[in-house]
Amino acid sequence: MDKSASAGRAGKDIRSDCRIEIAIREGGGIDLQVKSKVDVLYGADIRALILEGLAFYEIANATVVVDDSGALPYTIAARLEAAVKRLAPSVQKAFLLPADRTWDRPPSARDRLRRSRLYLPGNDPKLAINAGIHRPDGVILDLEDSVAPAEKDAARILVRNTLRHVDFGDAERMVRINQLPAGYDDLSEVIPERPDVILLPKCESARQVQDVDEAIAGIQRTCGVDGPVYLMPIIESAMGALKAWEIAVASPNVVALAVGLEDYTADIGAERTKEGRESFWMRGMVVNAARAAGVQPIDTVFSDVDDLEGLRASAREARALGFDGKGCIHPRQIAVVHEAFLPDEREIERAKKIVLAFEEAERKGLGVVAIGSKMIDAPVVKRALRTIGLACSAGLIPETWREEQSNG
Amino acid sequence: MAELQRNAAGRLVVTEINGEPAVPYMGVGAYKPRGRKAAPPIARCADYPADGNKVVPDLKEALVRAGLRDGMTISTHHHFRDGDLIANRIFEIAAELGVKDLRWFPSAAFPCHAPLIAHLDSGVIHHIEGSLNGPLGDYASSGKMRGMGVLRSHGGRYQAVQDGEVHIDIAVIAAPTADPFGNANGVEGPSACGGLGFALADSQYADTVIVVTDHLVPFPCVPWQIQGNLVDMVVVMDRIGEPSKIVSGTTNITRSPDRLYIAELTAKFVDAAGLVRDGFSFQAGSGGTSLAFAIYLREIMKRKNVHARFVRGGSTRYLVQMLEEGLTDYILDGQTFDLEGVRSMRENPRHVHTNPFVSYNYHGKGNVASMVDIVVLGATEVDLAFNANVVTHSDGRLMHGIGGWQNCLFSRCTILPLPSFRDRIPVIVDEVTTLCGPGELIDVVVTERGIAINPRRQDLIDATRDSGLSITTIEEIQSRVERICGGKPAKPRFTDNVIAAVKWVDGTVIDVVRQVVPAP
Repeated sequence: MDKSASAGRAGKDIRSDCRIEIAIREGGGIDLQVKSKVDVLYGADIRALILEGLAFYEIANATVVVDDSGALPYTIAARLEAAVKRLAPSVQKAFLLPADRTWDRPPSARDRLRRSRLYLPGNDPKLAINAGIHRPDGVILDLEDSVAPAEKDAARILVRNTLRHVDFGDAERMVRINQLPAGYDDLSEVIPERPDVILLPKCESARQVQDVDEAIAGIQRTCGVDGPVYLMPIIESAMGALKAWEIAVASPNVVALAVGLEDYTADIGAERTKEGRESFWMRGMVVNAARAAGVQPIDTVFSDVDDLEGLRASAREARALGFDGKGCIHPRQIAVVHEAFLPDEREIERAKKIVLAFEEAERKGLGVVAIGSKMIDAPVVKRALRTIGLACSAGLIPETWREEQSNG
Repeated sequence: MAELQRNAAGRLVVTEINGEPAVPYMGVGAYKPRGRKAAPPIARCADYPADGNKVVPDLKEALVRAGLRDGMTISTHHHFRDGDLIANRIFEIAAELGVKDLRWFPSAAFPCHAPLIAHLDSGVIHHIEGSLNGPLGDYASSGKMRGMGVLRSHGGRYQAVQDGEVHIDIAVIAAPTADPFGNANGVEGPSACGGLGFALADSQYADTVIVVTDHLVPFPCVPWQIQGNLVDMVVVMDRIGEPSKIVSGTTNITRSPDRLYIAELTAKFVDAAGLVRDGFSFQAGSGGTSLAFAIYLREIMKRKNVHARFVRGGSTRYLVQMLEEGLTDYILDGQTFDLEGVRSMRENPRHVHTNPFVSYNYHGKGNVASMVDIVVLGATEVDLAFNANVVTHSDGRLMHGIGGWQNCLFSRCTILPLPSFRDRIPVIVDEVTTLCGPGELIDVVVTERGIAINPRRQDLIDATRDSGLSITTIEEIQSRVERICGGKPAKPRFTDNVIAAVKWVDGTVIDVVRQVVPAP
């Protein structure tokens, strides 16, 4: 066993996190030193939690130094666990706090709205706590690019606790794991806390999807959880683009294909431009592969947080290309993306006519839907229903639009 | 120690402050003092130069001529905010002259005044009556200040001077532009700060008034926000402030997505409540959230084609933009936060310079505060009875001044847009650590986890029932947050030592602040 280890961050600019350092000693019991900005309010709770955790890991003699910037209990527990596991890599068990189940949500649905997905750096607790209030369609707890290699272990534990303790509202709870094989460790940690979707970075083959799918099923069996865990492979290489269709149909759990352009443009030896001509073929490929497989194509992120007009244009363009959603790297982007993926007035009017015709056909028991002499195919009806659903949920038309339609 | 008494808010407060009797708070509007206002001594023109030139060689000379001696009260204003160079200079001079036991009576103190701690330690300053924040708040909270601090609102400060509770011996008014007669304003000169309203009471009631400037112009200095007829001496110095810390080049709205969200929610709330209508008025300060509120409100106003009759500020480039776009007829400005605000006040007659007498004085024949339709304010804590705290943090330390906060509570709809917790610090508590504003005057608390309307405001509850906004109870928000933060927070521990009194707008004592017990 190493003599000492630490995990977490502290310092002037750190918020909602804490740094815990454990130094094992020969005897003398636990010497616990806590410095906390919430010492007056929760100092006693912090000490009790640390002592509980040390007892859980059967550490009886150690100097433990806590530098806390207002971390929530699940974060403190995660940092303690990470520090213990750095001390003793053979330690397996998780130091879990009782979960607040008052906000438990039903499992996600295959074809739910996925207009926006907000990336949250997996090792930074402060951004996750309030992410749900900005109402993204999904949040992504990221274990991949936003986490430094040396912090992957601590991030994994924190993400697991975040899934367990943070209420993201109606947002779908996603985790972006690392590329395999590191991704397996991520899965073992997070699957027991029931994420809705796993994002697979740099996906290049159906095999990778199936491996992840099997790994998830295995972990679920071991820890006794069930329910679907959907997959969103990210296409971000030339090979991935060429295999997009095969990836999209690799498992019934695949619900969407996402595009990642930073790596893709580097891979094909092109410069990433604002116009994006270098990725035009690839994005078209992903849209077609996804549509052919009956899953959602999702566009990449727009990285200039201050340029909301640029984002709006980019999201509009993505929608015009056939994408269903776009990644967000800042909460401010969410509303813009949602709006951009809303149908316009013309589309809504057309969708209303189709839905009314469809409902009338159903009422009359007709096998075909028609507007005038024009036959309407089933997928068109489905899209119209979806358009109306979107327009209603965004408040563009009232739930009672049928009445107004017949009156007007 | 002086006798303690339970006031109408149930708080155990002092009945004596620094040897003077103090009246415990009796309830909103309950205390009705009689008698006459204080008055400054009669002055005689014969004692002043007929040519109007009151310039004296330096500040030390002026203070000596003013008869600076032990136990006096010296006042300054805070229009230079963290860029003030004058208060520190005054007490350096006092120390050089061997003067002791002074009372400093600023309209507010800032971190730049930390050097005064040395003068508190050495006995030059006995105590401070004015906002105690930053290092000075820490100093007082640890029980090191000899006298009791007194925290007043901007309006309360005017009231205290007017009613004779505080007698100012020497007022030193730092003025960005002045003439030799003492007329002064804040809209011109290298230290331009906008208005000088906080120095009004000082100019009217102090025994001796000294104007200090780094930009002397020939008579007349117009506009004369401070009237030369009230001024005894004028001092010219190289520098009286640090311009970059007086006003910012531009104020920026908050970038915090959570704060922006709360600000937007607040704007949606006032719209849903039907308060955004032609001819309405609102107050928006410079704080990140209230500034963002003004911006969201502007969007709503434009969409609805509604304009305001007046906006109270804390002016910033955002309010100036609204004025210039015709979205408001007037800005009634109490202090100016950026260069655009200063420019607008200088150039635009509809950007009106106001002062605490006009805006906030509770012992006047009315004031502007109660005529404002919507006001958004901050707070460190709110309790289940909607009482709020602005002066101490949840750990019990004195950290902020009251500013115009108490005065603004009299608006028709007072809203506190607040994060429901900061890091791990819940904002909604069972009972506020320090009572600064009674809950009966606080109408709405807007948080990212729901909007709580004071049950007294059935009208607002009815008006927003079908708004689709997440209206809930303050208890519900509290319990959600406590679940997140890990249970109810412990309370700070205090000694019996009262380190400061918090005055209500009428001069009564609404609460006291005690010395904190340091963490084990």
